[in-house]
Amino acid sequence: MEIPGIVGAGLIVIGAGLGIGKIGGSAMEAIARQPEAANKIQTAMLIAAALIEGIGFAALFAS
Amino acid sequence: MEKLLNDFSVGLFFWQMIVFLVLLFLLKKYAWTAILVSVKAREDKIKEGLEAADKAKEMMRQMKEDNEELLAKARLEREGIIKAAREAKDKMISDAKLKASEEADKVIKSAQEAIKAEKNAAMNEIKTHVAELSISIAEKILKKELAADGKQNELIEAAMNESKLN
Amino acid sequence: MLVKRLFSILVLTFLLSPLCVNASGDSSAQSEPNVKTEIKEYIGHHLQDSYDFTIWHEYGIGFPLPIILVDEGFHLFMSSKFHHGEAVAESNGKYYKIFHGKIYRTDAEGTIEMDEATHHPSNVKPLDFSITKNVFSIILISILIFWLFRNFAKSYQHSMIPNKKGRLLEPLVVFIRDDIAIPNIGKKSYGQYMPYLLTVFFFIWFLNLAGMTPLGIGVTNNIAVTFGLALITFIITQFTAKKSYWAHIFWMPGVPTPMKVILAPIELLGVFVKPFALMIRLYANMTAGHVVIMSIIGLLYVFNNWFATGAFLGLTLFLSVLELLVAFLQAYIFTMLTALYFGAAAAEHDDHH
Repeated sequence: MEIPGIVGAGLIVIGAGLGIGKIGGSAMEAIARQPEAANKIQTAMLIAAALIEGIGFAALFAS
Repeated sequence: MEKLLNDFSVGLFFWQMIVFLVLLFLLKKYAWTAILVSVKAREDKIKEGLEAADKAKEMMRQMKEDNEELLAKARLEREGIIKAAREAKDKMISDAKLKASEEADKVIKSAQEAIKAEKNAAMNEIKTHVAELSISIAEKILKKELAADGKQNELIEAAMNESKLN
Repeated sequence: MLVKRLFSILVLTFLLSPLCVNASGDSSAQSEPNVKTEIKEYIGHHLQDSYDFTIWHEYGIGFPLPIILVDEGFHLFMSSKFHHGEAVAESNGKYYKIFHGKIYRTDAEGTIEMDEATHHPSNVKPLDFSITKNVFSIILISILIFWLFRNFAKSYQHSMIPNKKGRLLEPLVVFIRDDIAIPNIGKKSYGQYMPYLLTVFFFIWFLNLAGMTPLGIGVTNNIAVTFGLALITFIITQFTAKKSYWAHIFWMPGVPTPMKVILAPIELLGVFVKPFALMIRLYANMTAGHVVIMSIIGLLYVFNNWFATGAFLGLTLFLSVLELLVAFLQAYIFTMLTALYFGAAAAEHDDHH
């Protein structure tokens, strides 16, 4: 049976979602621990999330 | 992916690029430079102002410190002067007292000496007076006693006896 | 005060915009039995560029835009000739017809021949440089941006403090300088990139916001637009790159030689992947936002009862607010990553990573 591409895309989206979730969670923890560094953490978090998101979209469009 | 390529509109891309680049050029020339320069200028001015205020504050602080130092110095000096004056006064008084007592002693001493001398003189005078008086009395008595001749010989004899005894 | 009032009006407009779309879909939804296909088509139509500036499709409120075609000659005519895609337009002896949102050359009757293999029409596609709805919107928004910032910049001539509009925009300009450009590019060389970063940020943000108005101009959910922006970022990155940037790509310093050989092609690929991701991210985020909001409004008609109406309206409102945030966030991320790439290009010392 042939697995449709969309299933792979779904898997990648799950992975990307988990990854972004992990980044967000860790960032929250980091901000809670060091509220004065919130700005830097936020920036780093957004960049990391954006990079993972890029992979997710690439997968979606490749399928 | 195929759908994306199919959706790609060359015309939209073309116009978008032209409009965007024109916008970029115009904004750069007429807006961004002015805005960024003005913002920077204002920030610099605020920074300068804050620095100047800090400097003024520091100067005020320094001045106040100087004033206080000066004041403290003046106070110290005043105290020193007062102390010295008091000491001088005390010394003067004590000196005067000492001198006065010395003078007094001297006066008393000389007075005593004078009194002593006077007394001695008076004593001597009295002594001579008494002596003269007694001599004159003795003379008068002798004159009266020796008026008779026998008496004179008797006396000579008595005196001769006395000297023989010795 | 004025700014505050203006802002609240703007917010209200954004929040109500799905309802307006809603209202426009209303009349046709009841007449057609198959609501789901109708909704799907409506969403597809909404996302697509169009040759007329339609504001209210059902009542024909809108105006035509010029069509410019290059097809063995130059063709210029108004889109009203197509009668909203229903008629064949004639120009300089050639006939054109709109089929699924694209212009094809046809014969006088307007026959579209379908290719059996690809399911695409086999008719000739002329080079299309029409001022479409999206192009028109870009021009409009660009004029708005220019007017806003020109005004803002001029207000500095009179005083050190900008006017009311400027006071709203100035923090954003300072934010881009202090939180995006300087940390990512460095104090030494950020100046030369500032005009592009500022322009691209406000361009994307304003277009994203325009996409949320009831006018339905989704410019940033066109791959051509995001491709153009990513292309400029790519070109600026390569052309301002210093020696150490290329050294990091082809001969990574501080790594053993066999690793250098392996890393070089990966890094080289990365040079192209970075702007590609930039393009896809903006496109996909904006498209997804529109699709989700439209779909949820569509669900309103699928369920068609009072409970669903309340629930989905609430959800739409919430998602619209979220989309407002996304509109800003995507502009921010695009600018941020662009600055990051510029920073890598402008870095000078070798030990910098």
